[in-house]
Amino acid sequence: MADNQQNREKPILLRVDGLSKSFGGVHAVVGVSFELRRNELLGIIGPNGSGKTTLVNLITGFLRPDAGRVIYGGRDITGWMPYRIARLGIARTFQMVKPFPALPAFKNLVIPLFSPRVKSLAGGRYGDRDSVAKDLLEDVGFERESSVTYKAAGSLPHGYLKRLELAKCLALRADLIILDELFSGLSIAELAGIVPIIEKLMVEGKTVIMIEHRLRELFRIADRVVVLNFGRAIAEGKPAEVMEKDEVKKAYLGSEEEEG
Amino acid sequence: MQQTMPTAAGAAPARRRKERIDRGIKARSDDVFALTSYREMLYVAIPPAIPVVLLLVLPLILPIYWQKVLLSAAVFAVLAMSWDFLASVGMVSLGQALFFGVGAYVAGILDHYLGLPVWLSIPLGTLFGGLICTVLLLPVLRLRGIYFAMVTLVLPLMFERIIEATGLLGGTEGLTGLTSFPNPWIELYLIGTVVLLTLFGFRRLMTSDYGLVLKGIRDNDRSVMSAGLNIYWYKAQALFIGGAICAFCGAYMTHVQMFVGMPAFALDYSILPIATAVVGGMGTFAGSVLGAFLLVPLSEFLRGVGGWRTVLYALSLVGFIVLLPEGIFHYVRRKYHQFERWVGVEASS
Amino acid sequence: MLEVTIIYGFVNSVILALVALGFGLTFGISGVSNFAYGALYVLAGYVVWIFINKLHIPFVVAACLGVVLTAFLGAVLYRFVLLRVRGLVLSEVIATFGVGLAILELFRCLGFTGFEYTLPVFTDGSILIGNTYIDHQRLWIVGIGVTLAVGLYFFTHHTKLGLAFRGIAQDERTALSLGINSDKIAEISVAFGAGLAALAAIVILPRGLISVNEGYDVLINAMAVCIIGGLGSTVGVVAAAFVIGYAQIISEALVGPHWKMIVSLIAILVILVVKPSGLFGKQKELEERI
Ligand SMILES: Nc1ncnc2c1ncn2[C@@H]1O[C@H](COP(=O)(O)OP(=O)(O)O)[C@@H](O)[C@H]1O
Ligand SMILES: [Mg+2]
Repeated sequence: MADNQQNREKPILLRVDGLSKSFGGVHAVVGVSFELRRNELLGIIGPNGSGKTTLVNLITGFLRPDAGRVIYGGRDITGWMPYRIARLGIARTFQMVKPFPALPAFKNLVIPLFSPRVKSLAGGRYGDRDSVAKDLLEDVGFERESSVTYKAAGSLPHGYLKRLELAKCLALRADLIILDELFSGLSIAELAGIVPIIEKLMVEGKTVIMIEHRLRELFRIADRVVVLNFGRAIAEGKPAEVMEKDEVKKAYLGSEEEEG
Repeated sequence: MQQTMPTAAGAAPARRRKERIDRGIKARSDDVFALTSYREMLYVAIPPAIPVVLLLVLPLILPIYWQKVLLSAAVFAVLAMSWDFLASVGMVSLGQALFFGVGAYVAGILDHYLGLPVWLSIPLGTLFGGLICTVLLLPVLRLRGIYFAMVTLVLPLMFERIIEATGLLGGTEGLTGLTSFPNPWIELYLIGTVVLLTLFGFRRLMTSDYGLVLKGIRDNDRSVMSAGLNIYWYKAQALFIGGAICAFCGAYMTHVQMFVGMPAFALDYSILPIATAVVGGMGTFAGSVLGAFLLVPLSEFLRGVGGWRTVLYALSLVGFIVLLPEGIFHYVRRKYHQFERWVGVEASS
Repeated sequence: MLEVTIIYGFVNSVILALVALGFGLTFGISGVSNFAYGALYVLAGYVVWIFINKLHIPFVVAACLGVVLTAFLGAVLYRFVLLRVRGLVLSEVIATFGVGLAILELFRCLGFTGFEYTLPVFTDGSILIGNTYIDHQRLWIVGIGVTLAVGLYFFTHHTKLGLAFRGIAQDERTALSLGINSDKIAEISVAFGAGLAALAAIVILPRGLISVNEGYDVLINAMAVCIIGGLGSTVGVVAAAFVIGYAQIISEALVGPHWKMIVSLIAILVILVVKPSGLFGKQKELEERI
């Protein structure tokens, strides 16, 4: 975008350096490197099975990399346990939304709100978790004091589950938010509700990584995109430029039609 | 529909319909109540009062023999609640005997070798029993699924055989002639109090935010982890809580029997609590108490015929987990919620 | 002394491998950890004993019937118990454990303890290897154990059913989409495991008495071998059987017979702490940090 110049001066928040991971014979991620500046929105795209989720798991500590380093805010966090990484302020959503089905929607946020990070940011106090949770749900588009907030999470429609997942990230008050296919399975109308939330995060100064298959929606908001194929980063750049590259077209040839 | 309309027009003076009592009491969620009458208050207050009254009154009216049965049922109720608690944090133990046995031996050692009085050896047995077991199981906390179950099954057997092989701590003979409780009333009311504390404590705990985090570990540990919570630390805490409660039972039984030996690690103490919790209903704690007070007296009738007790437990365990996994308590509770009362019907409707 | 240790350690290792193959096979294919395994082993022993001593069936026929019947019971266990709780690991473990316990304690209640409960050896006599006498039964054990391990390896790698088994084990969803009925395969795997338990019992039990307690020991040994080898790996089972087999014999010789079981138990704990996926395990689940 126009503020590219400005972006260059912003400090680097996350640096991924030659990350690799293989499962048995499958090379899921191979030597991926990229940098992420503060308040940037990075898209990571690629066909199914190209290693996007694995990359997120490597960054957030759910997998230990075979090689490479993850540096966050100048600190080497390679191989840290996921909870320590989360405490630094990296929050993520999961591709498979798995709420606590028996609990009311707002109670699902109790767990992130129980986090030591929340406590220390609030000056050593947790405060009234239930009301904070309801505020958060309102932020992601649950209508205040409507019954959805109190409904058992297991019975929420898919769109609300995705929002709930996003709310869990917000609850942590993270600086870097990694969204793994947040848009998948959402209708155009539901997307119209969620995109502004992400834009608002950017205004608040957060840094976001979005793994997406919905390229059109992603390209509208992303500053930069990294394209993965068979675990390798095959291209990087501004959304429009990236799609012009031959190798990207080739990688996407198979899955172009399902993208629609 | 068509049939009731004409009679409604006829409007008999005493028209009434049935209504569930809990209607109107429950607002929105399970823990928000809106009580408007004594009757509704009673409706809410009676169920928790039942175990309290029973455990206070039964020791007074039962003959000596059945007092012992009550004591045993109470012990198994506590063991079962501890098992249930651990299971609801995702740690399925096949060896409550581990916690029980360690608690029993710690109390026995404190009494036999150090001569500590009962009121010291039981609390210390509880504390160190819980600590020792937690430390022993720390390495397997990071493993999912059946590994925890396997290790808990293995550990009590291992202790049993080590004691047998080394002859330490009295070996196969065990430690005998330990101090008993000053009188049987203290004995009975102590365990009764512990049953109630455990029951209400756990029920309270598991609906608190802390309890939700613990349950979250079982349902979706990755989600809990990504919230910056160290699930191993929480699991260790849960293990200590559950283990210490079992260890208390062990220490308590050491002084009741004035003996501690290899039977403290027996499979009975592992399998009976599981059967009790499953038959009563997992995840409710009240189910565990209910199950213990059904199964233990029932098994008394099989006393003469030796090992049939274990067969009964094993079979009821399998039967319930396959056919009625909810357990009895869920069923009873549903029935209770469906209690109805007659209410007058306004003519305007 | 050294020679005795080597030979008996070898026999003991084969025994452990025999005992563990069935348990490992079932888990490797369908992910079911059959905690009734030890009970099925003992049950097979008693059943064959009854066939021989009460119904006067010739040994070979009795042995075959015993294997078939136990395998059938395995299938029944799957169909009527496991199938209903499939996927709920907690319930699977508790249910099979309960079934095993009921079987074992039932035999105890029915008074199946005593010196008359023994199975006949296949052939009598012993031979001399170096300076060590070794009885024919132990040779049978080694022969059958080795044949079985090799046979199983070929079965899972080179036959259609075996490959289907491995397909399920590796990726249940893909296997389903290829038209493999995973429930049927799982049922077969439990039955197969039970049959192997029976076979192991018929080969191994003639060395001593059939006793209820043996059931618990067999379960623990099978678990120990499978955990240490890595659940679901045939090669791992064999390797682990040798590790524990020799460790047991050596500790038995050095410290005393009581320590045989303790070695298995300690081995389980050590491996779970050091390398939870076992020596040869390829568990996906353990690869992830949580
Ligand atoms: N835990 C795992 N064990 C084995 N293979 C895995 C595991 N996770 C991912 N893979 C494999 O790694 C590759 C990349 O997967 P993934 O990162 O989920 O792709 P994407 O998210 O881009 O669709 C796939 O081939 C997948 O089968
Ligand atoms: Mg993915």
